[in-house]
Amino acid sequence: MIPAAFAYARPTSLADALEQLAPSGAGASGGGVKVLSGGQSLIPLLRLRLASADKLVDIGGLSELRNIRELPDGGLGIGATVTYREVLDSALATARAPLLALAISGIGDVQVRNRGTLGGSIAHADPASDLPAIALALDATLAVRSGNGERTVAAADFFQGAFATALGEGELLTEIRIPAQPAGTGMAYRRLEQRASGYSIVGVAAVVARSGGSVTRARVAITGVGDVAYRAAGVESALVGSAGDADAIAAAAAHAVDGVTVASDIHAGAEYRAEMARVHTRRAIEAALAAGD
Amino acid sequence: MTTDVLGASIKRVEDPRFITGKGRYLDDIKLPGMTYMSILRSPYAHANIRSIDTAAARAMPGVVTVLTGADVPYNPLPMAWPAGGSSGVQNNVNTPRALATDDVKWTGEGVAAVIAETPEQAVDALDAIVVDWEPLPTVVDAEKAVQPGAPQLHENAPNNVVFEWTVGDKAGTDAAVEAAEVVVRQRIVNQRLIPNPMEVRGDIGLYNPGTEEYTVWMSSQTPHIQRLLLTAFVTGIPEHKVRCISPDVGGAFGTKIFCYADMALVMLASKLIGGRPVKWVETRRESYGSTIHGRDHITYLEIAGSRDGVISGLRVKTYANLGGRLSTIGPGIPTTLYGRVLAGCYKIPNVYCEVTGVYTNTTFVDAYRGAGRPEATYVVERAMDLFADEIGMDPAEIRRKNFLTPDQFPYDNPSGLGTAVNGEKIYIDSGNYEPALDQALATVGYDGMDRAKAEARSRGKYLGVGLSTYIEVCGVAPSKWIGAVGEGWGAAMWESANLKVHLTGKVILTMGTQPQGQGHETTFSQIIASELGLAMDDIIVQHSDTQGTPFGYGSYGSRTATVGGTAAVLVAGKIREKARRYAAHMLEAAVDDIEVEGNEYRVKGSPDQKKTLQEIAFALDLGFSLPAGMEPYLDETVYHDTPNCTWPFGTHVAVVEIDEETGVVDLKRYVAVDDVGKKINPMIVDGQLHGGIVQGVGQALWEGAVYDDDGQLLSGTMLDYALPRASWLPPLELGETITPSPVNPLGVKGVGEAGAIASTAAVANAVIDALSPFGIRHLDMPLTAPKIWDAIHGKEARS
Repeated sequence: MIPAAFAYARPTSLADALEQLAPSGAGASGGGVKVLSGGQSLIPLLRLRLASADKLVDIGGLSELRNIRELPDGGLGIGATVTYREVLDSALATARAPLLALAISGIGDVQVRNRGTLGGSIAHADPASDLPAIALALDATLAVRSGNGERTVAAADFFQGAFATALGEGELLTEIRIPAQPAGTGMAYRRLEQRASGYSIVGVAAVVARSGGSVTRARVAITGVGDVAYRAAGVESALVGSAGDADAIAAAAAHAVDGVTVASDIHAGAEYRAEMARVHTRRAIEAALAAGD
Repeated sequence: MTTDVLGASIKRVEDPRFITGKGRYLDDIKLPGMTYMSILRSPYAHANIRSIDTAAARAMPGVVTVLTGADVPYNPLPMAWPAGGSSGVQNNVNTPRALATDDVKWTGEGVAAVIAETPEQAVDALDAIVVDWEPLPTVVDAEKAVQPGAPQLHENAPNNVVFEWTVGDKAGTDAAVEAAEVVVRQRIVNQRLIPNPMEVRGDIGLYNPGTEEYTVWMSSQTPHIQRLLLTAFVTGIPEHKVRCISPDVGGAFGTKIFCYADMALVMLASKLIGGRPVKWVETRRESYGSTIHGRDHITYLEIAGSRDGVISGLRVKTYANLGGRLSTIGPGIPTTLYGRVLAGCYKIPNVYCEVTGVYTNTTFVDAYRGAGRPEATYVVERAMDLFADEIGMDPAEIRRKNFLTPDQFPYDNPSGLGTAVNGEKIYIDSGNYEPALDQALATVGYDGMDRAKAEARSRGKYLGVGLSTYIEVCGVAPSKWIGAVGEGWGAAMWESANLKVHLTGKVILTMGTQPQGQGHETTFSQIIASELGLAMDDIIVQHSDTQGTPFGYGSYGSRTATVGGTAAVLVAGKIREKARRYAAHMLEAAVDDIEVEGNEYRVKGSPDQKKTLQEIAFALDLGFSLPAGMEPYLDETVYHDTPNCTWPFGTHVAVVEIDEETGVVDLKRYVAVDDVGKKINPMIVDGQLHGGIVQGVGQALWEGAVYDDDGQLLSGTMLDYALPRASWLPPLELGETITPSPVNPLGVKGVGEAGAIASTAAVANAVIDALSPFGIRHLDMPLTAPKIWDAIHGKEARS
């Protein structure tokens, strides 16, 4: 469990970090520069020698990325190095986006939540991690910085495949921006845990609003099922406009894996995983609607 | 004055150091000039080695030397317990070499070793070793491995058969099965498990070129045995030239009983590099492939009896997967410790068991907590439920109907350990099974389970209740029996204790047993404190070093309290008797007139005429005045052999609830009523039960080693091998009955394995009970959510 040798840098400013990450920077050699945040995914992979790096740029010292703030438009900004624990302890974050606390409280264990960061998980884009589904369901926008300045990427465009994101060479995820949710929005997260790893075989985030007896808005995002987390468009469209009663929810949830290539491994075959996606979609929507009412 | 110390839940004297990070485990040992070894493991499950090129690795930074099998002058590792012992059963033995020479038989077998200045440099250099492999066909399943046409692992083992072993009366059992009103047959799999002690294994070898002596630190349950095996059987180094030391050991569960290649390698490496110490510590991933696995049986069971529930026969055929080569006592586990206890706590007149030991391209298999007895318990406890289901009888009722009864002891089980061999036999000496069953059923509310099931159904859940009424054999065994049958280590199984009362009155007990976290230092201190009337603080327990401890066979098989604890009682008695004789000398009284209470030695009728043990020790140590023939100093040693094994038993009950939609099993309640005899420290006993129960629950519900057809271990890390977590378990409800063992003065029976032996079957039976509305009568473990969902999917439940 000893990683291969790598260089290590711990910049103290964002500008310094971006310099370290720049393709022409000191550590550049064939994409061998990796960003180290909380280290809860990367370090085990390095230790198992399933990943390697010429250089790690540790962004843990960047205090400007470690804050939770209210955005000018009323949304929520979570810096990339904010830990799970800090979100759980933040009255602002848990009030604006209850889904965060619902999902994050089930991630890893106390130590993982104390060290692991939301930004790290999103940038790592493990197809079984919970954060991508959360970001998708909350319509999050991801702020990305490089030497060329800042750009923003919608969560829906950010996750591109297993461990693949829209982050380009030299780019650093700096903030997760979550827009204010409409009044009456209810949120829920339901997951089936892979017993060994604690990752999700299926994780479903539901963010729904009901008004005047019908569902007015629905965001249902699913992780663990395929090689990338996704918004379940068929579920959402079936749900919106319905009464959100048990039959409507079940009918909508039946579309949970439409068009998705469902993964199969030693922990869950494809048929089971697909059915669990439907079951947990139904349960997440039920709980979210109940929470919003 | 301190007699109540025995039987008290005293906090463990070890724990302050363990829980504050001050324990001293193998990897905590730093020696001047230390080098670090890393072992190149085979990536193939079956392959010939055409060549190994270590030149590039030798040139890597910090590399001191690189070893391959050709550099190792040692014998292969020993086979200490062939199936059948000395009874003449043919065993086609292949054991690992310190490093593989011509071929590898599983992924993880060691083929080369790098010794370097740092652990990092050693690991980095592994990547520079070039092995020219010739991959060969693989087989990982024991039943498939014995079929014609299967890939062959060893020339001396046609059809990959290690041995064919039988026990019991074949003709009688065949006749009983033939004649029975009801026969139930089932194929059941006891899946392969990966033991996970918190501390992985490791060794340090240190050769002294001046004296030509070796010191080997090892995370081991058996330092004395390892010295014997490493010297007399592997290296040829004289036994007295080797010292083995086990520092604090952070869990073992059986994995650290055995003689491993790395032990021999660190010895050799230290010598080859001129006497610098060589440390090797396995990684967790390495542990998963290269330290032993447990269980892995495929069994065909047939249980026969009458419509009114009287069992007349049990016929069993088992394929025991022993891996690519044999571990130290691998063949002994699925034979003696399995077949001979298959009848459990039942009076089954006809039992016959055939076991085929099989080589496959998998990690070797040996004793894992319970070792054969969990597998046997699983067979007979599943069989009882299957039979009860077939005849429509309650599972508690069929057990009660077939229990051995107290008047039937000592019971000479016709297929059991009592089977006479060369005139020696051992027998089940005691037991009283119904009270434990009654208590467990009352605690769980067994009579109300139908209502609970109906209530669960109303919530979309299926509730099940499962029983396991188990018996185990512990404290193995009388040496004369071992000698007669040649089983066990093929050597004696006694234990030792040395007790010294120093001039200052401080007491040192030195044991041949070897703790791995069980609290031996506390338990043995309680025994000595009670026996000699001493304060716990005045006693220290030493162990774990072949230099300075009397020879002992180590700790495994729930034997430490029964055999070692008895040695401690007896050695205290020897000290007391010498102190009494010396007190008579000091007090100018007759020895027969000295009475002992606590630490006081008094003249009968003259209570003021007394000496404390401390005063006696002081005077005896000075030796200024000694009676004729008496040696100075209070220092006594006992070597104790037990007259019989011990026979703990009990009833465990599990209650589970299954979510029909997901197949997820929720263990709602767990009740365990165990009879482990008297308890030296009830808190420690409870802790042993807790850990054992949870390990058994883990097997029932979550754990399982998974290989693909190429012999790659898919469950190769904790990301894919599911260990139980505290939050998945209900509070464990422990009860007790106490039937003291008649064969030792403490009345103890051993508790290290009881939980793991009993709980797997209880939970599995509960799950099957919960699924019975779907017409399911058996599923193989682990009973994971997808497996259950697959089984019930598309099926309608009966009301």
